Amino acid sequence: MSVTAKETRRGVLPGFGLTMGYSILYLSLVVLIPLAALLFNSTGLTFAKFWSVASDPRVLASYRVSLTTAAAAAFADGLFGLLLAWVLVRYRFPGKRIFDALIDLPFALPTAVAGVSLTALYSSNGWIGSLLEPLGIKVAFTPLGITLALMFIGIPFVVRTVQPVLEDMEKDTEEAAATLGAGRWRIFRKVLLPELIPPLITGFALAFARGIGEYGSVVFISGNMPMRTEIAPLLIMSKLEQYDYAGATAVALLLLLISFLMLLVINMLQRWTHKASR
Amino acid sequence: MAGTVPLRAGRRQAAVSSAAVNESSAVKWLLVGAAGLVLLWLIVLPLTIVLTEALKQGWNVYWAALTDPDAASALRLTLLVAAITVPLNTVFGVAAAWAVAKFKFRGKGVLITLIDLPFAVSPVIAGLVYVLVFGAHGWFGPWLDAHDIKIVFAFPGIVLATLFVTFPFVARELIPLMEDQGTQEEEAALTLGARGWQIFFRVTLPNIKWGLLYGIILCNARAMGEFGAVSVVSGHIRGETNTLPLHVEILYNEYQFSASFAVASLLLLLALVTMVIKSWLERKTSY
Repeated sequence: MSVTAKETRRGVLPGFGLTMGYSILYLSLVVLIPLAALLFNSTGLTFAKFWSVASDPRVLASYRVSLTTAAAAAFADGLFGLLLAWVLVRYRFPGKRIFDALIDLPFALPTAVAGVSLTALYSSNGWIGSLLEPLGIKVAFTPLGITLALMFIGIPFVVRTVQPVLEDMEKDTEEAAATLGAGRWRIFRKVLLPELIPPLITGFALAFARGIGEYGSVVFISGNMPMRTEIAPLLIMSKLEQYDYAGATAVALLLLLISFLMLLVINMLQRWTHKASR
Repeated sequence: MAGTVPLRAGRRQAAVSSAAVNESSAVKWLLVGAAGLVLLWLIVLPLTIVLTEALKQGWNVYWAALTDPDAASALRLTLLVAAITVPLNTVFGVAAAWAVAKFKFRGKGVLITLIDLPFAVSPVIAGLVYVLVFGAHGWFGPWLDAHDIKIVFAFPGIVLATLFVTFPFVARELIPLMEDQGTQEEEAALTLGARGWQIFFRVTLPNIKWGLLYGIILCNARAMGEFGAVSVVSGHIRGETNTLPLHVEILYNEYQFSASFAVASLLLLLALVTMVIKSWLERKTSY
């Protein structure tokens, strides 16, 4: 069997042409061509129309709601996620395995189920909602409710990003710091926390990126009031229901742009995390 | 990106050496307690309430909701959609991982990013793009209309939207795994005279089977549970284009809460089974 120089550089195993060709064909058909329909507008969306939609107060408000709730949720997930990851990596306790498995549940639970159950939990006659109501705190049908739904969706991202970094940390630096007389809290702040910052920010970015596009878990608890609790993905949905395809495309283009920027940032952050943990 | 986490292997338990590098046991139990409360609040309560709400009006209502013809047809549709999309994305995932992990070529990073793309896109947009391609006002809309083919607001649309959102799962799981394993074993098989398919089935597949299974169950959970993307393209016709998650929504919006939560409990069961298989696989691959 004769192998050309080009093939050896690529690798000697068979099947490159077949698998590569099939992958690119399938990728194009399922993902790239449909996305191109959005980018090279098929709806006759002109720039003037795009601008009038993008500067519409209701659209701007939906972006404000989406971005602020996703950021707040991702931040809260950062704090709680660090606590959960810390306890999982550093301590032994009964039920740890179930504890560990439960953290991934938001990945596996259909978002609509999360949506209806969170709404039942936080509505004014729900288990938690009824406790908060006398305190004057309303959760369901407010931005706070949206934030809680996004926290549920985002928590595994933070835990699963921080956990491996924490597991790989050597105890020597901590021991050295302890020998030098540093207390436990001081060691945490000065030795451990700096190393945990990259994975924490990556986890935050992952949870945030997921949060701005999230639909299923939010629509039930948000109440969907324009200007107040209407998120951007829902606005796309309602424009579609009114057959306003150009308007839906305009809102979607903006959302897609934000998502692509986040993807870029996350790729950079993940490289940073890998470097930091090495 | 968003939606999946690589299979964790080889956990190391941090060595406990001296009191100076560990918290006092009071602090430890305080933190464990706090973490337990967070988990209870964020994850366990929402799960529990699905069951209590489903059974609020008793077993008869629960059972009636599950055996309702519309629920049964939604279940059938959901299973059918998963039965089509999961194998298609599995074949793609294996092919893509073979090309990416076993060969060197330019633009590999770009290809991996493109494979990840569906995780970065909002599910609503995933549905929208198919409306723009196949809908009445879309690229192929007039042609499809003339030939009386329905894609959007019908079964094919649901399959396509589900394909999009579950696209990266298997590939995502296999690429890092196969990159780690390298090409030595396959090359040895090649020198011994094995053919392409033989190499794949006898050498590669046994090495990746657990990772592959892991990718498939995550892909399946998402395929059966997808809501946003399917909601855009489904048309919400009861008994026809209604999947289980959409059925939960319809019942909920009709204030049939117990029935809605009863159907939701089926999906919760799916999630729990997925989690059990997942942790079993994780234990199997960690040593």
